[in-house]
Amino acid sequence: MNIDWPWPWLERNLDDIAEATGEHLFLALLPVLVGLAVSVPLGWAASRWRVARGILVPLAGVLYTIPSLALITLVPLALGTRIIDPLNVQVPLAIYTIALLVRSVSDALAAVPREVTAAATALGYRPVHQFLTVELPLAVPVIVAGLRVAVVSAMSLTAVGALVGIGGLGQLITEGFLRNNGVELVVAIALIVVLALVIDALLLLVGRAVTPWVRAQRGTGASA
Amino acid sequence: MIEFRDVTKQYPDGTVAVDGLDLTVEDGKITVFVGPSGCGKTTSLRMINRMIDPTGGSILLDGKDIRESDPPLLRRGIGYVIQHAGLFPHRTVLDNVATVPLLTGAGKRAARARAAELLELVGLPQEVARRYPPQLSGGQQQRVGVARALAADPPVLLMDEPFSAVDPVVRDDLQQQLLRLQSELDKTIVFVTHDIDEAIKIGDRVAVFRVGGRLAQYDTPSALLAKPADDFVSSFVGRDRGYRALGFLTATGVPVAPVATVPAGGEVARAREALVDGWAVVVDEERRPLGWVSAETLSQMDGSVDAEQLVSGGSLFEVDSTAGTAGSLRNALDAALSSPAAVGIAVDGRGAVVGGVTAQTVLAALADARRSGEVPG
Ligand SMILES: Nc1ncnc2c1ncn2[C@@H]1O[C@H](COP(=O)(O)OP(=O)(O)OP(=O)(O)O)[C@@H](O)[C@H]1O
Ligand SMILES: [Mg+2]
Repeated sequence: MNIDWPWPWLERNLDDIAEATGEHLFLALLPVLVGLAVSVPLGWAASRWRVARGILVPLAGVLYTIPSLALITLVPLALGTRIIDPLNVQVPLAIYTIALLVRSVSDALAAVPREVTAAATALGYRPVHQFLTVELPLAVPVIVAGLRVAVVSAMSLTAVGALVGIGGLGQLITEGFLRNNGVELVVAIALIVVLALVIDALLLLVGRAVTPWVRAQRGTGASA
Repeated sequence: MIEFRDVTKQYPDGTVAVDGLDLTVEDGKITVFVGPSGCGKTTSLRMINRMIDPTGGSILLDGKDIRESDPPLLRRGIGYVIQHAGLFPHRTVLDNVATVPLLTGAGKRAARARAAELLELVGLPQEVARRYPPQLSGGQQQRVGVARALAADPPVLLMDEPFSAVDPVVRDDLQQQLLRLQSELDKTIVFVTHDIDEAIKIGDRVAVFRVGGRLAQYDTPSALLAKPADDFVSSFVGRDRGYRALGFLTATGVPVAPVATVPAGGEVARAREALVDGWAVVVDEERRPLGWVSAETLSQMDGSVDAEQLVSGGSLFEVDSTAGTAGSLRNALDAALSSPAAVGIAVDGRGAVVGGVTAQTVLAALADARRSGEVPG
């Protein structure tokens, strides 16, 4: 494999790289967001009803162990989508996110102290309002931790989508292989890694910013 | 007024937590539910704000059946202090206290201003307002819990073992503060505890429950001590009933006799002459008692009466002759019994010595009270 001086290639292909990057982010992040939106109500149900937990948590465990390539090839069959439809990657990613988050969300909600929820009810909260402003905020640290894992794996799994003809940075990797272009290969891999790290760091920071009480408690050495 | 009418609660698993409860909680009074663990105190309390619905009977709040009220709205008008405070860990102390005003539609600024007032009312310094609950001591958290329950100024306050998780000194403090608050606020308070001493100390009326959710006796604390309804109540009320009952009788009838006093720093020779029955109280410039001296302790001092070498005194007994009030017979008797000179020191409102009482004079006053029918025999 020959590795040329990278600048000329980079300059020529900057637009394509930018487009692939944008595509990659769209392919990876949208399913994570959708997965999060689905996991919260499912996690709530699992924390609330033992039957729901008995079904959802083992199911999530099984889904998470299905190899990504298998899921990516099975989804078009199940959904009837065409072979290059972005949904073929996005649906599996959403499923992985849900599989990862349902259990965390349910555990985090179940860990909210009983006297805290009882106090909220006794003070006159209505159930939905109480969930959104008391239970859910207290589960945020755990949810953010799960979300960070989900985002990082989504970034790398999206690259696998190139094998079934989906765009994104994975396409540059396969192209690099086919054309024996080391620069293209290295640039694409580096971009995926750096982007994943940056998003991970952003999530960490945002998570800290919206949970000021967590640090305040650590400062005292008291546990919540 | 809160009326329980033949209220029963059976849980789905068959446990009967409350069985045929008939009881009226009076306005502006502290009513205590007390009893052993599992006797249905929490269940009874939570039926008042509909956190639990009874399976039989009805509960009326100011004459209205609470089943007709929307539970969240009902609860916003009833303060609730939960065991272990149950503060929201993700909100600052100030925002915890502002919870109910915000729920009832007050603006953020008004709710926080109100919360700050309440923190002051329960004796918390302003600097705790911005902290998070785990950064507070247990006693401070309980105060925040009380402030939060009072924030919307509800006429009724329910308290479930609010002071059980703090040490005895802090608990005593919190109890005193509750009584002080109540004398200003005049709430209708239902207070749950398993501690009979706490019940007797703070209750205007005490409901003793037995296991199985049955009411054993509903009475004033003094009547509970003087006339327990049955063996269960008398064993629950515990030992030293007679002595503790003295706490409900004022000692206005106990004569306060002059007591020998000597100034700290005065001459030892003078002090020796002042001793009565071998003892004298040493006082500071404001006549506050510092301790006792006897002939023996004086012989160990050279020149002047040394405040460092006194025999420590017993408990003090407070009388206010201008207001005509006095501590209880229990205070007076304890002062006499705990004094090294067998004379209890009586002090006025400022803490200055006004005289002494002996156990004999206290017992004589008790006998008088018995004769006049003030004490149920
Ligand atoms: N949700 C429930 N389901 C079944 N049984 C319950 C439930 N809640 C309470 N009980 C039972 O009802 C009885 C009364 O409980 P409750 O909590 O009212 O007692 P308590 O007097 O407050 O006790 P403690 O002093 O221990 O707090 C107990 O036997 C308890 O086990
Ligand atoms: Mg209880």
